[in-house]
Amino acid sequence: MFQNKIDYLLFLADSNLILSQRNAEWCGHGPVLEQDIAITNITLDLLGQARNFYQYAATLINQSTNQPTKLVSEDSLAYLRTEREFKNLLLCELPKGDWAQSVLKIFFFGVYAQLLYRELMKNEDEQIAAIAEKSLKETNYHVRWSGEWVIRMGDGTEESNQRLKNALQYLWPFTGEMFVAAAFEINNGINLSAIKEQWLQHVTTVFEEATISMPDINAAMQSGGKQGIHTEHMGFILAEMQYLQRTYPNSEW
Amino acid sequence: MQQQTIHIKQEEKKIWNILENVTDPEVPVLTILDLGIVRNVAINNNDVEICITPTYSGCPAMDMIAANIRMELMAAGYENIFIKNILSPAWTTDWMSEAGKQKLKAYGIAPPSDKPQVCNSGLFAPNEAIQCPQCNSYHTHRISEFGSTACKALYQCDNCKEPFDYFKCH
Repeated sequence: MFQNKIDYLLFLADSNLILSQRNAEWCGHGPVLEQDIAITNITLDLLGQARNFYQYAATLINQSTNQPTKLVSEDSLAYLRTEREFKNLLLCELPKGDWAQSVLKIFFFGVYAQLLYRELMKNEDEQIAAIAEKSLKETNYHVRWSGEWVIRMGDGTEESNQRLKNALQYLWPFTGEMFVAAAFEINNGINLSAIKEQWLQHVTTVFEEATISMPDINAAMQSGGKQGIHTEHMGFILAEMQYLQRTYPNSEW
Repeated sequence: MQQQTIHIKQEEKKIWNILENVTDPEVPVLTILDLGIVRNVAINNNDVEICITPTYSGCPAMDMIAANIRMELMAAGYENIFIKNILSPAWTTDWMSEAGKQKLKAYGIAPPSDKPQVCNSGLFAPNEAIQCPQCNSYHTHRISEFGSTACKALYQCDNCKEPFDYFKCH
């Protein structure tokens, strides 16, 4: 039961961290200055949320192991775990692609996170509830910003519409994983099928505005992230993110 | 006993006054008290506990703020200082002091509106009527909901044409 809570915290932390690391690739490369700033602001929020989840996970891990010589920290959890130990959604690790692919990914994950945090705010664990309450306020901005971009691109020019459709075709099979409970999510009080229903509703509303037809909701879906089985992209992102700590162990700012 | 309580109250008040000297590294005209991020000050024997809360989860200024609090208190002779980061209740711009809002405006940043109109999650939310900190015109428009720091949005005045930061409601 205790291990489930730690694994669930790591799942939330990893998903936020990896999406944050991915989005950070836009820093200095956004299509216009204001949007570069917007996506990096969102990235910073995701990083902050990841830190809160890691810090709490580290506290619980240290309590449970009782090995004061081998204390874990938010940094060791982020920088010193291997690919198989990361539990993030596959969606979060996919390449940044073009602008359409990045905003659609933020939109899919944001709507999911928003619904999840609304539920987690009522969690009996006070710290989880507090992190969710804090994260929700920020996520509301992410959902609105990315939703507006989905509409703008879908209902924009022929090219923006085509790019959004390409992004949708690529990302869609990675959305199903959000709603399939891993072992650590069973009996944690979150009703994933209710969240799936609301998620589909929100996505449908925005797609209608964007003049994009809803993909097949029963299509075959990818899975594995929550179990630590990742796409070929994961190793590269970890290599880049963890390089410094692996090469120069314990280096600090 | 009663005297001891009074003594503690006085000590706490002294600490609140010291905290007036700690400013936000990103918006140096604001003290951390103006921002409303100090949630509690408690004294227990020789221990001083300060509870602070971040404006945004990823606010990079938090570590520096905690370090500055420690420095100010150490300079005043306190030794056992514990700084606790709390997340709930989540920080809101409603906690910003009136003095803080005035200082922001004088600094060229539009302060958060008293009655936020668009703290909702609706798509294409209508532009909030934000007053230009330079010429006081309400004839302004939003350029982006995200600005130079996590807590600000970008606006431009249609009257004096000056772009400005808006400390967005949260």
